[in-house]
Amino acid sequence: MNLQPLIIESINQSVINVFATMLGVDLEPGEPSVEHSAPDTNDGVMSFIGVAGAWAGTGSVSCSPLLACRVCSQMLMTEANSVNEEVLDTVAELTNMIIGNVKTDLEKEVGPLGLSIPTVVFGKNFKTKSAGTTEWIVLAFHWDGEAMLVKVCLAPHEKSAHLLPHMLSHAGTLEV
Amino acid sequence: MESDILVVDDSAAIRKILQRVLRQTGMAIHAVYEAGDGQEALTLMGTQKVDLVLSDINMPKMDGLQLLAAIKASDHWRHVPVVMITTEGGETKVGEAVRLGAAGYVRKPFTADQIKEKLAGILEPALPL
Repeated sequence: MNLQPLIIESINQSVINVFATMLGVDLEPGEPSVEHSAPDTNDGVMSFIGVAGAWAGTGSVSCSPLLACRVCSQMLMTEANSVNEEVLDTVAELTNMIIGNVKTDLEKEVGPLGLSIPTVVFGKNFKTKSAGTTEWIVLAFHWDGEAMLVKVCLAPHEKSAHLLPHMLSHAGTLEV
Repeated sequence: MESDILVVDDSAAIRKILQRVLRQTGMAIHAVYEAGDGQEALTLMGTQKVDLVLSDINMPKMDGLQLLAAIKASDHWRHVPVVMITTEGGETKVGEAVRLGAAGYVRKPFTADQIKEKLAGILEPALPL
């Protein structure tokens, strides 16, 4: 079953809907690409959420500290000048809403799925790695010159059950 | 009569947004209490009068469905309406919430109008619009 077109469409609709409803911001559809599981070096804020069921995997949202603060300021109508607990919590909730809505769309095709509690990482020059070989579908969104990447990796359960178990096994904030 | 509302969500961001949204609705609200999970919610309900619970489903320790079941199993609290507010749109968890006695549900992301419309339908005429 090729879920790629559905996942791309669903991520686009979900991100645009979440930003319009919760932040009052109109985003253009994201630019899709496919990323293989070779580790990348990351800077900034990255939030993960696990998807489990007949198909399983991970969804993530990543952005710069500046964009994370901007999202927090807009969504909570507060002033956020540095990446603090409130900013990380906001990015985690943003991920929950975006991936949660994608999950709901996917359930129409693959049956019931479960979501984990999000985990947020904030740091510089860190790498993420999944043990599997599955491709990540990546959509890049832009807001005032800053990029936000939304990634989804999903495969039939037996191929993906071991993806990122260490990152999804606990809730809360992990600073690297 | 002013109502006391309990917001239950593990996300402090969502609790803060709901505090603001509930104040913006213009409904007659006396207090908005907060809890980060089902256990905290039950502890708070033991000490405060609560007229309506607005609860997330996916939470650590005790999730929203467990909280709903506990409220509906209690002689003291079973009359308290519980509205689920969640990213869950699938029939499995929403159907389970309805079966357990949820008064309704609102999907995330939500607007202030959606919250107002849902709560007004449940708390009328206690909360005049």
